This record gives sequence, C-alpha cells and structure tokens, in this order.
Amino acid sequence: MKVDPALFEIVLLSLRVSGTALIFSTLIGIPLGVLMGLSRFFGRRLVIAVLYTGMGFPPVVIGLFVYLLLSNSGPLGSMNLSFVPELFTPAAMVISQSVISFPLVAGFTMAAVMGVDPQLRQQIQALGATKRQIALTVLAEARVGVVVSIIAGFGSIISEVGAVMLVGGNIEHRTRVLTTAIVLETRKGNFDLALALGAVLLAISFFTNLAVLRLQGRMFDE
Amino acid sequence: MNQSVYRLTNVRKQYDGRQILQVDQLEIYPGETFALVGPSGAGKSTLLRLLNFLERPTQGNIHFNGAVFGPERDVPIEIKRKVTTVFQRPLLLNRSVWANVNFGLSLRSVKNSTESTRFALKKVGLLDLAKQRARTLSGGEAQRVALARAMVLRPQVLLLDEPTANLDPYNVGMIEDIVTSLNREEGTTLVLVTHNVFQARRLAQRVAFMLDGRLVEVADVETFFENPQDARTSAFVHGEMVY
Repeated sequence: MKVDPALFEIVLLSLRVSGTALIFSTLIGIPLGVLMGLSRFFGRRLVIAVLYTGMGFPPVVIGLFVYLLLSNSGPLGSMNLSFVPELFTPAAMVISQSVISFPLVAGFTMAAVMGVDPQLRQQIQALGATKRQIALTVLAEARVGVVVSIIAGFGSIISEVGAVMLVGGNIEHRTRVLTTAIVLETRKGNFDLALALGAVLLAISFFTNLAVLRLQGRMFDE
Repeated sequence: MNQSVYRLTNVRKQYDGRQILQVDQLEIYPGETFALVGPSGAGKSTLLRLLNFLERPTQGNIHFNGAVFGPERDVPIEIKRKVTTVFQRPLLLNRSVWANVNFGLSLRSVKNSTESTRFALKKVGLLDLAKQRARTLSGGEAQRVALARAMVLRPQVLLLDEPTANLDPYNVGMIEDIVTSLNREEGTTLVLVTHNVFQARRLAQRVAFMLDGRLVEVADVETFFENPQDARTSAFVHGEMVY
C-alpha cells in the first residue's frame, strides 16, 4: 500500500500542531487545575468562572483574538519580537490551539481533584506529606479524571477547524491540516477525499485515546 | 514523670468565630497511653488534629519535645513526621495494600523499606493480601492497613481517633493488641480518642474527660473510673448522658 505523500504531510502536521498544543495546555492546565482544586484564595471563584467560560469558548473567536494579536498591526505582531510567531505558520496554530484546550484540561483536572475526598488529603498530611507531596498524591488519586481532561483537550483541538483556518490560512505544504483539508475538499466537491480525510481524523482520535487509556491503566499500578 | 512530650498552655481553637476547643493546661508524657473520652462534639478530634499539627491553634501554645508552636509558627516537616494519626474512617489510596503501607516511607524517601513494610503487614496479619487493591478490603482489614501504614513510620506519638468504632470484636481485639505492644515494646506514646469507656480503661494509664471543648477532668485510670472528682465525669463513666 502506498501512502500519498501529500496526505502524509497533512496528517503529520495535524499531529505536530495538536500534539504540541496539547503538551503546552497540559503543562499549564494540570498545575492550574490542581491549584484551583486544592487551594482557597481571594478571587478563586472569578478565576473558576473565567475557566468555565474558556471551556465553552467558540474556537473561531479564539482564532480571531490570536489573529488580531499576531497580525502586523496587532499588539504582539507590531513589536517584531523574535519569539512571537508570524501569522499563517504552524506556531501560530499551536498558540490558538493551546488557548482552546488549556481551559478544558484545567477545568476537568480541577473537577477531578475536587472529587477526591478532602479527608484523604488530611490523612496523607498526617502521614507526613509536604504540600507538594499532598498535591501530587491527590493528582495521582484523581488520575482517571485527569486523563479524561487530557483526552477532552486533545479532542477539542484535533477536530477544530475555525481557529486553525483563521491563523493558519490552510496553505498547502505549510499550514494545511486534516480539518482544513476536509473543508477545502468538500468545497471543491471531492466528497470521497473529504470522507477519507474524515476517516483518518477519526482513526487518529480513536487510537490516541486508546493509547492514553492504556497508559492510564498502567500508571501508578504497582 | 519525665519531661512531657506535649504541653498545651491556654490553647484555643475557633472556626468562623465559634470556639470549639479551650484547653488551659494539658501534659502528655513519653511512653504513656493517654485516653480522651467524651460525647460527640466535645472537641476530642479537634484536639487530635492540633496534636498532629494538621491545624494551628487560634490562640495558645503547643510545646512539643520542648519546642513551642503557636498560632503563627509553622511546624517544620521533621517535627510533624514524629507524629501520625489513625483515623476512625481509614481512607486508603487507590493502590495495592503494600503501596499503602509503604506510602509514608516513600514520602520520606526511605531506601530499603521492604523489610519494614513486610514486618508491619505481618504484624497486622495482612501479608497475604499485600498485592490486593486496598479498596477491595473489608472495614476491619482497611483499618489494619491504616494502622500498619502508621506504625511502619515508627512515630514518637501515635494518635488514634476512634480506631475501632464500627469494627467487629475480632478486629477490635487485634487492633488493641497491636497498639498495646507498640506502646510496650517500642515505647510509642499513644493518645486514644474513644467513646468506649471500657476501651479507655483497658488501654490507658491516664484518662481525660472532655465536654464542650474543655477538659473536665484528667486523672490516672484508676482514679478516673473509681473515684472521679467531677460529677459530670462520674455520670459519663456510669453511662449516663452528659450535655
């Protein structure tokens, strides 16, 4: 069986962009979720409200914000800083996807952590755990929910089209990913190809989740 | 007696402005078994949380091994690790029995903890269940795991918060035997909270009666049960309701 190089390139870019965005959103979202779930501070409710809003925010609107931020006349784009990516690049797509998925990772992690019996926290503390050890142990106890948060975060970006279309521009060999390719092929009337791309997207999503679930079963099992 | 392990002076604990605990003076001595009895809501568990440094007092000082800890001073982790508690409702981690017993040692990065963990599991009669998931155990077995995970740490003070409530006589007997041998063989200071005056009489050398957050009477076990000085203690000892 011969794999079409163009299709391979699209699949690879999709995985690269969404995978990188998921790493960023996990690195930000899990600690934030643990912090929100375990600590009490002034303004916590406001932060939770913002987080919940972020969980339901339309990706295309986030794409619009990132577009405006990065465009040449935008607040970041106009500064010409070397670490700020340009529009219509995979890096810009990673930024928008990270913003889309981190509230989901943080929100579901927070819910999972809050679901762990507070008495357990006290019992862990009584066994001599430091604050950091308590947080890590509670996180391990909430692992099923935390894995769900990562799966939700991945699902929200691998299948997302609005933001990547806006900030990526669906440029062939440069920023074309599976979802934008599906839109393009559908518009061109190539329904067979669009359906095939859809099947590839579904398969990626399915096997990624399967792998994460297997990892969930192995982690922390002695 | 020796220098006290704990000396509490004018300790108060408030939640949302409501005073829950008011202990003017209390000393607990090394190697003794000290029982706290009293009705529900008397403040016994609150006192245990303060003794385990899980919470700070609102006012007053807790002297521990001569060091003073008050409302402001954070207790260093090395001091906290000299004390641990077995709670009434044991909550175990969603891991194996072995991992639960080994947990406190892993927090302390103890190397070669296998022998200690094996010994503790053997002591509570659960070595055969070491690989089983802790959450599949019965109530009595879970409490024995909780006791094993505490005693494996060889604490200077072991706090027991109604450890045998809701357990069958077999498990009650087993847990009492283990803590008694811990006290006699290792010299562990025990502070036992119990509703059960018979248990306090069986295990303790000194007993305190608590009511409404205050210590009504502290006495050696014989005086406490045979010749209590306070009418309320007498009523409680004789099974009469005390409010």
